[in-house]
Amino acid sequence: MEVLAGLPTPLVMGILLGGLYALLALGLSVVFGVMKLVNIAHGDLVILGSYIAFACMTYLGMDPIISLVIGIPALFGIGLFIQQFLMGRAFSLSAEAPLIIAFGIALVIQNTNQIIWTPLSRGLTTPYSLSSFHLGPYQFPVSYLLAFIAAVVVMLALREFLRRTYLGKAINAASEDRVAAQLMGINTKMIYGFAFAIAMISAGIAGVFLGMTFPFTPTSGMQFLIIAFGVVIIGGLGSMLGTFLGGLIFGLVQTLAGFFFGPAIQMLSIYVIVLVILAVRPKGLFGR
Amino acid sequence: MPEETLLKVSNIDVFHGSFQALWDVSLSVKPAEIVAIIGANASGKSTLLNTISGLLHPAKGSIEFEGRNISALDPFQIVTTGISQIPEGRRVFPNMSVLDNLIIGSYNREARSKREQNLGMVYELFPILRERKNQLAKTLSGGEQQMLALGRGLMSDPKLLLLDEMSLGLAPIVINDLYKALREIREKGITILFVEQNVRRSLGEADRAYIMQMGRVVLSGDAAKLREEEEVKKAYFGV
Repeated sequence: MEVLAGLPTPLVMGILLGGLYALLALGLSVVFGVMKLVNIAHGDLVILGSYIAFACMTYLGMDPIISLVIGIPALFGIGLFIQQFLMGRAFSLSAEAPLIIAFGIALVIQNTNQIIWTPLSRGLTTPYSLSSFHLGPYQFPVSYLLAFIAAVVVMLALREFLRRTYLGKAINAASEDRVAAQLMGINTKMIYGFAFAIAMISAGIAGVFLGMTFPFTPTSGMQFLIIAFGVVIIGGLGSMLGTFLGGLIFGLVQTLAGFFFGPAIQMLSIYVIVLVILAVRPKGLFGR
Repeated sequence: MPEETLLKVSNIDVFHGSFQALWDVSLSVKPAEIVAIIGANASGKSTLLNTISGLLHPAKGSIEFEGRNISALDPFQIVTTGISQIPEGRRVFPNMSVLDNLIIGSYNREARSKREQNLGMVYELFPILRERKNQLAKTLSGGEQQMLALGRGLMSDPKLLLLDEMSLGLAPIVINDLYKALREIREKGITILFVEQNVRRSLGEADRAYIMQMGRVVLSGDAAKLREEEEVKKAYFGV
């Protein structure tokens, strides 16, 4: 089997790329799980994270990963603001209102980025992100490896936070039964704000590693939102590990389909799988 | 004792949207009492409890707890004052462990410092919860879930426990255990206000009772005396 000699490359690339996809999807999964909100602004919030890192790089000469010391608090603050002044009120109006507000937020971020950064394609290029590492005879981009490591760290941090801390347990409780959570003394409005802000942090981290891997423009958000959706659907809601595994499956299907059937088929094959999972097991492979 | 009344509900009107669910309802509970609210479906019993716990707010009238007006507070603030509601249908957190359910019960800052002590009390009251502490709540039987809901409510270190339809859908033998636990809880000095549809049982367990009909209190008094009341018999036993 001559053809299988090349197989390790798409396998490893699929897993590494899957890590990046998982990183993209974790924040979406948190907001979906806790607030039952389909946050269609998530992709644009990720790209906002990329631009914040780009600004830190351009004007402060910071390394994009180091720039997270600015990006994380900034996005946490933006998350609290959005929840407090935009989403919080919308939730008491109707189920559709937060969805429309999320759409509005997406458009505002896109257009603001257009004005500030122009529609030109940008990247968070550093010397190390362009280099590659060796695994036997095979070579892989370092930026993919970094994204994968970041995904594992964020996934484990979120998982432990939700499991072990009072605040994390309160977030779980509020997502399972909002009224019962209130009766336990949980301020669910505040909890929603925190959950949204935490999702924003993970979006910001995703933005940095995405920007180191792919070029981005102000309108890239939608493209990555769709990937994140696919990951959440495959992995299932409410489980950080499920979302992570969903990302890996997504990445692997893409690279393996590309390897066996050609690049034109790779995205198609993923979305066929997404549709099959929606039809057969709507709560996702690892959903509760 | 300057404050003889623990909870005082005065002339409240409560609306669900445009529908008026409570009309001029008044009620009072003294420390360490067990008080029952009895009535048929949709008579306003649960609405009354939900208003005391802050899920709903009265349009008119006031609710005082230990002399403090709490009618405008949110549920999470009311828990801190020492009122804990065990909701109808148990509403345990199904995908969280038994222990995590109990820990969440002690979420408010006042209760956190007494967490281990209250956990000990809950385990003593319901030893089965200790045995099952690492199981997901959804794997418990209905009776065990009700014990968990009670235990979770006790973890907030309450002075007043509000119980909504505790025995709904449970086997008589389980109900007996739960009432036995209630008596033990009362002996610890915790006041209990409970809602029931089962009239005989409620009047047997309570010191006093309020009987509600169509969103109004129609009768109240000593439980033993109410049992003899002709009106109750007529209305509820169909005699």
